[in-house]
Amino acid sequence: MTVARRLVGFNLLTACLLGIGGWYVGWYSAHAVVGPSLDYFGDVDFNELSIVLAYLFGVLGFLVGLGFLNYPIARLRGYPPSLREKETQGVSRYFGLCTDHKVVGMQYLVGIGFFFFIGGLNAMLIRTELLRPDHQVWPAGAYLTLVGLHGTMMMGMMTSGILGPFGNYFVPILIGARRMAFPRIEALTFWLLMAGGVILETTIFFGGFPTGWTGYQPLGTQANPGMECYYIFFALVGISMTLLGLNMIATIVTMRAPGLTWSRLPIFVWGVLSTSTLMVLAAPVLVATLSMAILDRTAQTNFFVPAQGGSAYLYQNLFWVFGHPEVYILALPGFAIVLEILPVFARKPLWGYRLAVAGLLGVSLLSFFVWQHHLFVSGINGDLRPFYMFSTEMISIPTGFTFLCGMMTLWRGRIRYSVPMLFCLAWFFNFLIGGLSGVFLSDTPSDTTTHGSFFSMAHFHYTIMGGLVFTFFAGIYYWVPKMTGFQLNERLGKIHFWSMFLMFNSTFFPLFIAGFQGQPRRVVTYPHGLQFLNDWVSVSAFLLGASMILFLYNFVKSLVFDRVPAPADPWGSKSIEWQLPSPVPVHNFDRIPVFSSDPYGYGEPGSVPVPAGAPAGMS
Amino acid sequence: MATPADKQREDHGKRVLVFTVAIGVVATALVAALGGRFLPPGNSSTQSSEQVLDNTVMLAIITPIVVLLAVFFVYALTQFRHRGGPLVDGPALRNDNRIQVLWVAGSAVLVLFLAAFGTFELLQNGSGGGQGPNPIAVPSGQKLQVQVIGQQWQFTYRYPSYGGMETSQLVLPANTYVELHVTSLDAIHSFWATELGIKADANPGVDNVAFLQTKGPRTFHVRCAELCGLWHGYMFNNGRIVPQSQFAAWVKKEQRDFAPVAKYLPKYSKTYYPDPQRRAG
Repeated sequence: MTVARRLVGFNLLTACLLGIGGWYVGWYSAHAVVGPSLDYFGDVDFNELSIVLAYLFGVLGFLVGLGFLNYPIARLRGYPPSLREKETQGVSRYFGLCTDHKVVGMQYLVGIGFFFFIGGLNAMLIRTELLRPDHQVWPAGAYLTLVGLHGTMMMGMMTSGILGPFGNYFVPILIGARRMAFPRIEALTFWLLMAGGVILETTIFFGGFPTGWTGYQPLGTQANPGMECYYIFFALVGISMTLLGLNMIATIVTMRAPGLTWSRLPIFVWGVLSTSTLMVLAAPVLVATLSMAILDRTAQTNFFVPAQGGSAYLYQNLFWVFGHPEVYILALPGFAIVLEILPVFARKPLWGYRLAVAGLLGVSLLSFFVWQHHLFVSGINGDLRPFYMFSTEMISIPTGFTFLCGMMTLWRGRIRYSVPMLFCLAWFFNFLIGGLSGVFLSDTPSDTTTHGSFFSMAHFHYTIMGGLVFTFFAGIYYWVPKMTGFQLNERLGKIHFWSMFLMFNSTFFPLFIAGFQGQPRRVVTYPHGLQFLNDWVSVSAFLLGASMILFLYNFVKSLVFDRVPAPADPWGSKSIEWQLPSPVPVHNFDRIPVFSSDPYGYGEPGSVPVPAGAPAGMS
Repeated sequence: MATPADKQREDHGKRVLVFTVAIGVVATALVAALGGRFLPPGNSSTQSSEQVLDNTVMLAIITPIVVLLAVFFVYALTQFRHRGGPLVDGPALRNDNRIQVLWVAGSAVLVLFLAAFGTFELLQNGSGGGQGPNPIAVPSGQKLQVQVIGQQWQFTYRYPSYGGMETSQLVLPANTYVELHVTSLDAIHSFWATELGIKADANPGVDNVAFLQTKGPRTFHVRCAELCGLWHGYMFNNGRIVPQSQFAAWVKKEQRDFAPVAKYLPKYSKTYYPDPQRRAG
């Protein structure tokens, strides 16, 4: 096949062209509806509708170009159901619509990794500004846009940071299935995220947005047109999360292999299931809220405009009804990865399986009843504060279950300090600090000091970066040998771990002190007395960024240049994915496996690795 | 009949326990005794003193947890490591109900205590936080009303008991109970008097009440603690607490200085809706 023939058809190139075309269709059609002039640039009262429609049509064009309409149209025309997109081979399937869950997993890993690095770069730029107490590097608006881009990109993209790559890749394998329940929806979730990520970054062409990742009203109502990019990005993320969660739940509930009862399910799958439940219940609220905010800006509705009878509290309430489950959407997969990996490297069964599951489910349940702790000093529902204080502190009980199960799994084990294990152990350290600092924020009286300060910023970086990103890397070092068939360099991995761990703590621990001393979040200036702390943090942050570069170097070097083949089961795990060849064949299993135990039978007489049926291509 | 393996298992548990208790007692006592000196927000108002107490209590409660985990991990990670050679499985411990019950009960007791203590502290006088238009924790006695108005990007203050006088600096009399009414003209701001332990969001159209009992004279910082747009980072100011006699003199001076423009001020009100409000679109 010639190159020319490859370029024609439904692929990423077509998608981008149709996306840009759709963007202009939306842009000009909105102008045709709203106003006579086609030149609205340079004016404060920009045509908002044109931007919203441009991006909506752009996303539609992008999806059509990828070929998401082909299958529904084929079915409407009477063709039989198929999974034709899965059959393509070669590298090109990574650059288009592919319904193989393993390809989607790899796409997620690289795509999310890319935007994770962009978000991290924004953090470096923020810390550059904060080297001096006075305003110096960025214009004030650009600084706020950087803060917003960093927060929004991380909170939006990393919600799928573990479920996307590792959930999509390993959940079907771990439950003995050949695919996800809805393979096309699975691909859709990924491409929606990618479209969203690009849209969020284009906010810089429209003046950026000043609201940070929370998008509080009425600030959002009066903001630059760049605000629309934030709304559309987050709405796309919300749709993607809902679909991803729905797909995961359907897959886990209906497609488990024979013998895989609920009490034999790997704990990682339980983590994915509880996270998915949160996604399905919380994310639609976000989409609805952002739609209302878009209407406020385009159709002049007044949901959030206090002077016209709207309410700024309404936005805060709706946002945090989504936003608090959201932070557990970020944290729970981390719990699950830690509990999944510890038994392998401690050579012991997972201790207290039921308690661990109860912990995951308990956190999920309680996370819906705590959102107003974000509004303790806002003046809303003053008499409900004791309740929200209590419910917030309650969450530490199921979180403690995860700690207990992890610690007792280590107890009297034979612990090997491989790189994935180091990242999991770091989780205990980071999440302990993150969780205990949360106690100060959950307590209404002491929250008065810490609320909205660098203390709370340090707190959630400890829980999210220390909880999610560390386990994300644990997952990478643990599973990438299976996903690619090549080993990651162990020595570089250890250097990466230690530099990341030390610099992470050196970056974020001093921020607790800065917050205690009165530095609010998202400020471009701060008291001169805090310069030493802030400089320390900035330098540590740059070194933390350097450790990420080291990871990238290791990743590319190991997978592109060294290419040392990984054995099928490098860690000696008894879990089913390691009984398959690396990388896993397209159809996973020729015969569906039959489960007779959970994958944690270390040290139990007569325990064998989960029989993987006959993997594809081996029978 | 205890085998050597059982004996060793007992020893592991005992060692961790002994170290935890020994270090935990000392560390907790130290934190409880000294924490108040280092913890914010200081001793400049009744509310901030209460928060220092609150922070100290919480730090003292989490200290034994930190000690337990630190001892556990140092012990486990050094004693139970794989010492080379072929890979051997550890003992197949799946569960221990006693440990589970102890852990759950322990964390439940801590949580209940924290929630009860926090509620008790909160209901004294609101501990400096914004309580909304209908506060539930209202200290008794006479209070000086002061209105805090946030707007992009500064705070102004009105004193309804002095004819609605407006100033750009917050000046308060010493040893007085103050009833702060925080509101906003545009976006959401947050009034944070750092050293006084006061934080209350300024919402447009909302009268957010917080209580403050000042102590001796001093200056303090006021910052906006909620992202409110372009110059949020510059929304800060100094305030002063002055002796009561000086306060009366200050009020007279302000009233005299601003008499020419006072008539242009809107009538004092709990909330304001400036018109037109700028919006996009």
